[in-house]
Amino acid sequence: MELIVSFDPEVMEITARTLRIAGTSCLLASLISLPLGSLVHFRRFRGKRVLVNIIQTLFSVPTVVIGLLVFVLLSRTGPLGDLDILFTPAAMVIGQMILITPILLGLTISALSGVGKEVVETATSLGASGFQLALLSLKEARYAVVAALILGFGRAISELGIAMMVGGNIRGFTRVMTTAISLATTKGELELALALGMLLLLLALVINIALNRLQQR
Amino acid sequence: MKQISIKTKVIALAVIAIVVIAGVTMMGRPPALKVATTSSLYDTGLWEYLEPKFEDKYGTKLHIFYAGTGIALEYGKRGDVDAVVIHDKPREEQFVAEGYGVERVPFAYNYFLIVGPSGDRAGIKGLCAEDAFSKLMETGSGDFVCRGDDSGTHAKEKAIWQAAGFGYEAVQQAGAWYIETGRTMGPTLLMANEKNAYTLTDNGTFLAYRSDLDLVPIVETGAVLLNVYSVIAINPERHPETNVEMANDLVYFLISPEIQGLIGNYGVAEYGVPLFMPCAGQEPEE
Repeated sequence: MELIVSFDPEVMEITARTLRIAGTSCLLASLISLPLGSLVHFRRFRGKRVLVNIIQTLFSVPTVVIGLLVFVLLSRTGPLGDLDILFTPAAMVIGQMILITPILLGLTISALSGVGKEVVETATSLGASGFQLALLSLKEARYAVVAALILGFGRAISELGIAMMVGGNIRGFTRVMTTAISLATTKGELELALALGMLLLLLALVINIALNRLQQR
Repeated sequence: MKQISIKTKVIALAVIAIVVIAGVTMMGRPPALKVATTSSLYDTGLWEYLEPKFEDKYGTKLHIFYAGTGIALEYGKRGDVDAVVIHDKPREEQFVAEGYGVERVPFAYNYFLIVGPSGDRAGIKGLCAEDAFSKLMETGSGDFVCRGDDSGTHAKEKAIWQAAGFGYEAVQQAGAWYIETGRTMGPTLLMANEKNAYTLTDNGTFLAYRSDLDLVPIVETGAVLLNVYSVIAINPERHPETNVEMANDLVYFLISPEIQGLIGNYGVAEYGVPLFMPCAGQEPEE
């Protein structure tokens, strides 16, 4: 507890890094998911139901499997080894994006399904373009969309498997809160581990409150 | 409706700009020496102690991954690290012989020991390690917690079972008293402590954890218990992208008289005895 109260510089640095990495993953994933989700929702095509089923199945991929996949891809002898980004924050962002993009995508689609037909019909009759229609619908469904963002961010900030496998828990470079908690537990420093866990929840609370404020505007 | 879209576009652009800036600043890897190390050297805090000294001396960052010897060797084979620091002589020699490593350089050693509950239920105190294992196997009268993670410690345990005349598969199937954790040394000690069980541990990790444990040393004699730590630079012929110069710096750093002295004194202030004995590039006598 002292570490939090006294703003221990290493804890603060780990916290900032955690937020930066999870935030970047969440932003990039939402930049993909919101347009793509709108596209899937508004277009009619064969196999749509199957696609949605696949997306929803990907909600349950274990983080350690994604970690392994990204590791094999980015490893020196892997297909993307020349990028030389294994064991960097960039690799963690890639892994977390793979983790949360299906969640954001699936929840965007179901959020849009909740928008009333009359809204869509009115907008269409007023001559709204596809882009405007999507924007309007996302705005109508903002409660569900923000809830999806919160869930995606929460999943990114709390995952351990990817951060450990492709980040490597390097002190001062890729150590984030979950890997720090894991290390503290390994070292038998249970109080530190618990304090970090509480700090993580506290952060999640603050972010939730901020995002909820935003959607009420 | 147009108003919304302009505003949104501005926000979207701002968001993308932030993301790109954040992404670019994060993508770059600072020049760093990547080292995969056995977890016992990390759990004892030795690396945290040596890391800033290396960074100051050579002006380069040290990126350390702690893992069991098995996964550390795998990182090395793939060229994902520049050097490995591990403790399993047969596998190290094989690693060098297969051309993955330049040379095996021992730099420190200590001893393994069998620790267990002070009551010594199985009555193995005073035996040598092989006889102690035989007794556990034959009587099944004490629980034994095994690393089970292909680490150097796990390899040593298997070697002792072999020396005691048991096939490892037979041991794994011997009964509920044989518990495989798949975890690193620290958590394995904590589990043995909870279960009042025996386990094989390196001396350094045991001393570092001792204040949290009720376990006591039971068996600590025998040449088989010698535990040697080596550093191996990854062979640039196999992986030209690895940084063999910096890796060699690390090798010379670890066997330099100054650092050897620090290793020999590490832990004395806290535990009263050193956790590691320096051996400057020489194989210690058994």
